[in-house]
Amino acid sequence: MSAPVLEVTDLVKHFPVQRGLLRRTVAHVKAVDGVSFTVAPGETLCLVGESGCGKSTVARLITRLVEPTGGSIRLGGTDITKLDDAAMVAHRRRVQMVFQDPYASLNPKLRAGDIVAEPLENYEAMGRAEREEAVAAVLKKVGLRAEMMRRFPFEFSGGQRQRLGIARALALRPDLIVADEPVSALDVSVQAQVLNLLVDLQEEFGLSYLFVSHDLGVVEHIGHRIAVMYLGRIVEIGSKDDIVSEPLHPYTKALISAAPIPDPRARREKLVIEGDVPSPLDPPPGCHFHTRCPFAVARCRSEAPALREVRPGWNVACHLVET
Amino acid sequence: MSEAAIAAEEARPGRLKAFGTFARRNPTIVIGAVLLAFMVTLALLAPLITNPPMQASPADRLKPPDFSNFFDPEKRDRFGTDNLGRDIFARTLHGARVSLMVGLSVAILATVIGLAIGLVAGYYRRVDAVVMRLMDGLMSIPSILLAIALVALTRGGLLLLIIAITIPEVPRVVRLVRAVVLAVRERPFVDAAISVGSRSRKIIIRHVLPMTVAPLIVQATYICASAILIEAGLSFLGAGVPPEIATWGNMIAQSRLFFARAPWLIFFPGAALALVVLAVNLLGDGLRDRLDPRLARRM
Amino acid sequence: MNLVEPEMQVATAVKPILEVEDLRTHFFTRDGVTRAVDGVSFTVAPGETLGIVGESGCGKSVTALSILRLLPARLGRIVGGSVRFEGQELLSLPEGRMRDIRGNRVAMIFQEPMTSLNPVLTIGDQIAEAVMIHQGASRSDALRRAAEMLRLVRIPDAEKRVGDYPHQFSGGMRQRVMIAMALSCSPRLLIADEPTTALDVTVQAQILKLMLELKQATGSAVMLITHDLGVIAETCQRVIVMYAGRVVEQAEVLELFDAPLHPYTRGLMASIPRIGLGRRKRLAEIPGIVPDLRKPIVGCAFAPRCPIASARCRAEPPPLAEHRPGHLAACWHAGEMP
Repeated sequence: MSAPVLEVTDLVKHFPVQRGLLRRTVAHVKAVDGVSFTVAPGETLCLVGESGCGKSTVARLITRLVEPTGGSIRLGGTDITKLDDAAMVAHRRRVQMVFQDPYASLNPKLRAGDIVAEPLENYEAMGRAEREEAVAAVLKKVGLRAEMMRRFPFEFSGGQRQRLGIARALALRPDLIVADEPVSALDVSVQAQVLNLLVDLQEEFGLSYLFVSHDLGVVEHIGHRIAVMYLGRIVEIGSKDDIVSEPLHPYTKALISAAPIPDPRARREKLVIEGDVPSPLDPPPGCHFHTRCPFAVARCRSEAPALREVRPGWNVACHLVET
Repeated sequence: MSEAAIAAEEARPGRLKAFGTFARRNPTIVIGAVLLAFMVTLALLAPLITNPPMQASPADRLKPPDFSNFFDPEKRDRFGTDNLGRDIFARTLHGARVSLMVGLSVAILATVIGLAIGLVAGYYRRVDAVVMRLMDGLMSIPSILLAIALVALTRGGLLLLIIAITIPEVPRVVRLVRAVVLAVRERPFVDAAISVGSRSRKIIIRHVLPMTVAPLIVQATYICASAILIEAGLSFLGAGVPPEIATWGNMIAQSRLFFARAPWLIFFPGAALALVVLAVNLLGDGLRDRLDPRLARRM
Repeated sequence: MNLVEPEMQVATAVKPILEVEDLRTHFFTRDGVTRAVDGVSFTVAPGETLGIVGESGCGKSVTALSILRLLPARLGRIVGGSVRFEGQELLSLPEGRMRDIRGNRVAMIFQEPMTSLNPVLTIGDQIAEAVMIHQGASRSDALRRAAEMLRLVRIPDAEKRVGDYPHQFSGGMRQRVMIAMALSCSPRLLIADEPTTALDVTVQAQILKLMLELKQATGSAVMLITHDLGVIAETCQRVIVMYAGRVVEQAEVLELFDAPLHPYTRGLMASIPRIGLGRRKRLAEIPGIVPDLRKPIVGCAFAPRCPIASARCRAEPPPLAEHRPGHLAACWHAGEMP
């Protein structure tokens, strides 16, 4: 296997919680609490989990929209957490981001062409005509027409806006695209268009994706590997086929079982777990999941399980899973 | 509105129809703008259409307004004359020049300075705390006292007056701009700009600055109106424009001893002042409703 | 193939508790008239779970709001049709009588529980208020009923939590509170508008399970509005598919998923990525976008996106007709393969 595009090791992000007049830090939200994974060239790794599990924070850490508290993010061998702003600019073009909200992530006052041209202005010494040509080419790649570059975002539908967002990310031909819930704001029929587009682009350009989603259906469709997160930690990571057909961690089981299946004949025995996700401000001791886990034993309440390889290329953080 | 009315409206020719629709939806903007345009025109034309405002004529002292032969260019008592026999009509129109100049200058100065400080304070968090405490301090200075102090320390003058009125207005603009910047910073398209490698300066100019324009225009109109009022107040107190210049505040101040006998001395400059402030405020309210519906609901 | 389970069979002979006929709701905005609901008819039988599914802007939520006459004042107006609840016409009812029905015999649950709860009143007071208004109970009786309802929706320490405020509950717990509030007056019909869309999947599973159990226990009918065909498949007995303000297909759930007749329904089903399909293959797409409802639609609203549209589809709106027993579709080419 070739060297990974992205290698994340022990990534930690604590957000301070400040109170009072002097803004004293009274606690930390452990949004990301020691996360490690790699993404190979041409591969899609999906980060799955429910709200508050830290999956979006991981995406923002990798694009350095937030600064990590600890750990390393190696992009093509370089640890970008140590880079200063100037050095970071050079590395940014290798990792681009697609955002969740196709409305809020496009500046409403700019024309589509200017939105897609912005990354090119920052990195490519191009004349105006040359840049316009490049923008037209990228728009075509994402299924938009070149003359649409004169329009403003409000003149596009939700799906077309997300295509614009993808065009902006694609313009610099990055190695890795971090997509943070890119289809969750779209209707299903449009969602299918965007997912197909992402698959096509991956095949054409050999892109790697870090795809953040809460929707297991989407993840199963687009992912090669899956990492399941719960309260800031990865609880299970492995190939998509393995995890979906035979999830090992109780949380993954519950997550897969809870996803509604659009087939009334597939009435399965559901593993419905009780309660809500605990607050990341005060996560339960030991295994974070033990408060909702139907199989929890005494050890789960006191000792946090390490992520260990239980099958080749398949890691699970659970005391109860046999190697 | 009935569907028939909509259909009838669509039949009208383009330009006119567009303006008609605009006027019906934004009556305050149109009324304010027309009123203001009228006053500005009169002020600009004042030297051409009126007598010199300082020309005294002891023979014509305290003549009451006489609206007959209103458009006779030689006429001196359209709005009456003051205790020195000076033409109130000419003085009121010339006073408009000063008032509008002060209002406009203060609005532009305060907006530009406040915008620059606000952008920096909002975008670079490290300077934010210091700048904002400084602004809190400035805001606590009443402009009247500041102007009196400045006039007392120096010799006064129009420029100084403008500066004195501007200083306490700046923090208001800074606060507004900073609030907008902080809100815009959180919007995902700024994250997107960062992730495509745009540097801070480019982000501020391209993504943040345009978002401040609409609320700034609205704020500028309010500053303009309040500056006009403050200037009149200061002139009235004798801490504003030197008394030899015809301003509404000066005119009202100088007529204090006579107004029981000659109420027109106060009425015309007072009415002009009220009209201009009303026009500017109408324009501001209309623009606020039009440009920033959310702000409108909050206020 | 007749695999319809007994419990899923809907007694069509029973008089429906809700009959919606040719409902038309328009929105009057600056930019023109939006035909949000454009001639919708359906019925709900007592004790039935009816699903209404469609994408954003299809008119499913506006239909629900129209039934309860909760449209935003001045903006939306019901311009035609009829809504009969237990035989009584609701659209012409005086507002005072409507209030007796709303929250009492017909209750509604909204998508975002936080915005539907008053942040400065305790949960107990909010549930008790409805009981006091509609059932004339005393305050102490009503509060006792509130605690009982919270226990019913499985909120731990219900007696203590009656005195808590909405912000002290998590998202899933708040939706439970909403359900408790909706069911506190034992409504005959519960309208749930995307009740689980704002929730995480594991919590969604809990809430859906709870809703179905309570429905069984109380015997009330449920109208479940959602964009998620998965939720429909797992909870509903009968389904209505809406597109561009119109009903395009209506059938019992097994029938609909086994043999969808309308090309839109088929396209929708094929475009969902789902667990257990295995191999990564292309999803079916529905090309194009939903039509602008401000412009009059000639013919079938789906025709511009439809793979099998003919000249007739573009000229003449297809009626909602019964193509198989109990299976209605509004399509000139119902059941034809592309």
